[in-house]
Parts: sequence; structure tokens; C-alpha cells
Amino acid sequence: MAGWSEHTGQAVGLPLENVDTDQLIPARFMSAPRSAGYGGYLLHDLRQGPDGAPDPAFPLNRAEGASILIARRNFGCGSSREAAVYALADAGFRVVVAPSFGDIFASNAVGNGVLPARVTDADAESLLNRAPLALTVDLEACELRHKGGTVPFEIDPVWRLKLINGWDDIDLTRAYGDRIAAHATRWAAQAPWSVPPG
Amino acid sequence: MTGAPATLFDKLWSAHEVVRRDDGASLLWVDRHLVHEGSHHGFAKLAARDLPVARPDLTFAVADHYVPTRGVPAVGSDIARMIRQLAENAARHGIRHFGMGDARQGIVHVIGPELGLTLPGLLVVCGDSHTSTHGALGAMAFGIGATEVAHVLATQTLWQKKPRRMRLRFDGALGPGVGAKDMALNWIARLGADGAGGHAIEYAGSAVRALSVEGRLTLCNLSIEGGGRLGIVAPDAATLDWLRGRDFAPADWDHAAEAWAALVSDPDAVFDREEVIDATEIAPIVTWGTSPEEALPITATVPDPDRAGAAADRVRAALDYMGLVPGRPLIGTPVDQVFIGSCTNARIEDLRAAAAVLAGRRARVPGRVSPGSAQVAAQAMAEGLDRVFIEAGLDWVGSGCSMCVGMNGDLVAPGMRCASTTNRNFRGRQGPGARTHLMSPAMVAAAAVTGTLADVRPLLKGRV
Ligand code: SF4
Repeated sequence: MAGWSEHTGQAVGLPLENVDTDQLIPARFMSAPRSAGYGGYLLHDLRQGPDGAPDPAFPLNRAEGASILIARRNFGCGSSREAAVYALADAGFRVVVAPSFGDIFASNAVGNGVLPARVTDADAESLLNRAPLALTVDLEACELRHKGGTVPFEIDPVWRLKLINGWDDIDLTRAYGDRIAAHATRWAAQAPWSVPPG
Repeated sequence: MTGAPATLFDKLWSAHEVVRRDDGASLLWVDRHLVHEGSHHGFAKLAARDLPVARPDLTFAVADHYVPTRGVPAVGSDIARMIRQLAENAARHGIRHFGMGDARQGIVHVIGPELGLTLPGLLVVCGDSHTSTHGALGAMAFGIGATEVAHVLATQTLWQKKPRRMRLRFDGALGPGVGAKDMALNWIARLGADGAGGHAIEYAGSAVRALSVEGRLTLCNLSIEGGGRLGIVAPDAATLDWLRGRDFAPADWDHAAEAWAALVSDPDAVFDREEVIDATEIAPIVTWGTSPEEALPITATVPDPDRAGAAADRVRAALDYMGLVPGRPLIGTPVDQVFIGSCTNARIEDLRAAAAVLAGRRARVPGRVSPGSAQVAAQAMAEGLDRVFIEAGLDWVGSGCSMCVGMNGDLVAPGMRCASTTNRNFRGRQGPGARTHLMSPAMVAAAAVTGTLADVRPLLKGRV
């Protein structure tokens, strides 16, 4: 995963609360391998009208090339399906701006280089009012900048570093191999039932 | 114990912390890693790096999300491929696997506790958000994404930032016909679907103590629907009685039981947040909207968007999707079908609660009953519960996730209204255009016999 610290792109507004992972990608698409590309599944059932044709009123259908999504509270609530992030990433999104996120979704996002940027309710509303708009996302300063001003955002410091450095956890963790082995040995002695009978 | 007073969660966390980095991230040792068909992305990431599974003996695979609850999957179908892929990954890495037809197969969050794979004090993870269920036994358990699944497969550890600590106390006794599902929907409606965001919830109070282990599993299952990272209940005599003799229960039981006695929050432990709910005031609850927070006592009326203030648009959109009219009583809303199943409410007590309402009565609408595991199915059949469901006119099918998520093809048709014991009423969760009302198994049984949303309490008179 490549790290990044600044991104400028077009931001599109999705003025909804509780955009859950079943909206982000309906379950029926999840058996596909990632190599197939998940972008076409993003918000699939919200993007289409009852007749199956793209709904022209839906914001994402009017925002070709957008890379930043602005939404209301509790974005990405629901399932642990990382496919929800694959759908966003494969559709070109690098940043989601919202007042709160589902915890597992946020962690999955960071694991895929997508920033879940937390802003106040008031800032989310004011950005939604201006959308679509051009935004610069500065991970160093934790700021969103647009022509009309600057909005601060919050991100867990651990996640911020991970996004900037593009760290790969598996490689990082292997450097702790000795400590892991020592812990495993001590714990198996202290709680023998933690290792199930063969 | 020495040192500062600690919460149960603090104790579980520190027992599993291998290292803590300066930036606050902790590397945690994982005791049980449960995988299912949906874990294919995690296995693919492992294969891309050509890495082995670090601890196959601590990893268990079960087919649940895609398994047909009737018959076998069509040759060459996507479903057959998903089930085979899991079996192949398990075989390749030497992972114990409970596939279709295995006597120990079932929904991952039903079989983990049932087999004694989940034990007090352990860290359990799975690529599924309802892993919070396992906390009912005093384990630390939470859902992870595919990148994390690959990390656990490769290292048997996980990087996590410690969540904040929240205690949610239910004081007093529940009324008749009210259970764990109602407690859960009550607090989620009160605090919101992100109400416990960033927190590990410890459930406490007399109403939680009085719950059976099955009830606690239901309560912990729904932690994620209120935004909680995980839910835990301190183990007690009920936990130990429930676990003793399970397939993977400790050989040295007394030693384990003695260690588990320390798994409580110290009396003066400090939580980051405390919430208290009066259990005596909880009524049977149903959801009316498209988020679990959109829930009301069955005796209420459908909310009016014009009185919802800032939430007006959301309420209007939800009612539009659900096909409900503001101001009408919830009771009497016709339903098209019912579903009893899922990791929330398909354990033996759930089936008994539904059967108590259905016995000697006919369902007015079609419905499906999918026991949570093959073992639950066997127990239910030994008690004659399958006959009760069948004689009421419902379908008794095999175990799996089934209509909770519809991946196996068990779907609610567009526009149809389903009274369901599951955990998510999201748009399209049970199928495109499906209208889901979440409620307890007894309430679903009441909906079946009346053909409408109904209060189960009058139907229980003289029965329990
Ligand atoms: S029953 Fe539903 S919620 Fe539970 S694991 Fe299966 S799909 Fe997930």
C-alpha cells in the first residue's frame, strides 16, 4: 500500500445518515474475487431506480471522477465486509468525510489507504451544502481546504501514521516475532485451555 | 491482584497485549480465529504473499454464510464454489473445518460458544461483525476485516487501538414476554446506532445477571448494532454450568474455573462512560425503519416525520421504503412472512420461546425456521419443537445464515414485509426491496399467528 499525505480532488455529497455496508455493497456481489474490480457495485441499489436504470438524481451518478465522499453520521455502520471499502476504492474514492464512522469500516478503510476523516456535524452540513466542490485533504495538518475556507478533521494518530507511511502491518509485525513467541509460550502455560485439544 | 482497580475489559486486554507501541497501538495475541466462506479475501491475501497460517490449531472454519438451508447447491453455482473454496483453504492449511452436513456445522457465532471453542478470558476474532456475540461468555471478541483476517492468519496477532470502556447496566427485572432482544433494541433506540461507537461495552446489572447464557449471547450479538466494538458479560455460575462438558471445554476444568473467577471488574474500577436503564420499563420492541435504532415498543404508533425535527428527511425516507403510514398503530400492520433464525436468535431457547407461542396455533403467513446449528436442530427435534413449527405451517430448514443476509438465495421478495429475529433491518439486507422488522422470536411467532405486527403478551396468557 502506497502512503500519501496530501490529496486534491472533487468531493461529492451523499446527505444520508447510517449509510450501512449493505448499501455500500449488497451481499450478492461479494463472492467475486477482488481482481474483478468492485467499483461498479458501490452503492449499487441506491444508484439505480426501480427500473434498473441509473437514477439521474442520485449524487454519485452526477459526479464522474469524484475521489472524496461527504456524508452524515455513522457512515459504514454494519458488517465487517471489507468489500465495502474495495467498492469505494475501486470507484476512485480516497477519502470519506463524516461526523462518525462504523469502527470496523474505518479500520478497513485505513488498511486500504482510504482516509475516514471525522468532522463536526456542523462542518459536515456546511460541506454538504457546498458540494460538489474541490477539496484538498492534508493529512499532515489534519485539514480539509476549499476555496471558501479550512475545516479541521480528526483521525486516530495511529491510523494517520499508517496512511502517511503506507505501512504494511504483516511486515511490521514480523519484526516482533520473538516477543510474540514469548507471549504465546507464557500464555499457554498460564491458561493451558487457551490451546484447544488436538 | 495488585495495582490500580481494573475493569474486566482492561484485564482481558492486558492479558493479550504482546507490545504497545509509543503511538498507542497494541499488538494482541489471538486465541481463536474463526473463518467462514466470506473469509476468501483474507486467504487470497495470504496466498498472494505465499505465507503459511501461523497457528492452524487455533483457527477453525465453518460453512454458514452461503450454505443452502435446503438441499445441496447446484453444481457449478457460485454458492457451491464458495463452500468448496473454504473447504480447500482449510485443507491446504490444516485448519479444522465444519462443512455442510457435519454434525458440528452451524452459524459461526452459534457453534463457537456451543462447542466450547469460545471460553472466558480468551480473545476471539472472526471476519464478521457479530463476533461480539462471543463476549457473552466473558471472552474479548470482535469482528475484523479481510486485511486483518490475513494478518491474524499470518501472525496469530492483531494491531488494535484500545477502545474506551463503557458499562451498560440494566437494573430491575424484565416483565413477562420481554427478553434479551428487547433489551438490546431498547438501548440502541435510546443511544443510537452509533451510540457506543469506539467503546467496549460491559453489560451489567440484575437484569443481565438474570439472563440465561443464550440471552446474554443475543444481547452481546447486537452490541455492534449500537456501534460498540464488542460486548462482554462477566462469567458467573450460569456461564460455567453452560460450558461444562462442551466438546472443547478445558480438560483441567477446576484450574480453568478458578482462573475465570477473577474475570470481573474490580468494585472501584472506572469506566469512561456509564449508562443505566430501568429493565422494568422495557416493552416488547419492533423496528419500524431501516436502522436498528429505528425501534419502538410494539404499543407505539408509526412516527410522524413532521414531528421528527432535524431527522424528518431520514424518517420520511425510512417510512417510504418500509411502506408505513405515519400515526398508525404498529400493532395490526400486515406482514407477508416470518423468519426465525440467525446468530442473534436461533439457539435452543429462542426456538422454545417461539414454539411456546405457536403450539396448537396456525401461522397465517408463510415462514421459515432455521436453527442456528446442527446441534440446535437435533436438540429441538428431540424436544419435538420441529413438529410445533411444521404443524403451525412454517418451514423447518437446515442451519446457516439463510435469510439474515440472503447470500444462499433465501431472500425476501421486493416489497414484502418480513417479521424477523435477525439483527439488521438495513435496506435490501434480506433481499433488494425487502422490508424487515426486527423483533424477538416470541414476537415473530406472534406475528406469524396473527399475520400482523402483534404484541405477544396476550398470546402468552396461560402458557409460560
Ligand atoms: S446469521 Fe447473519 S449476522 Fe449472523 S453471521 Fe450470519 S449473516 Fe452475519
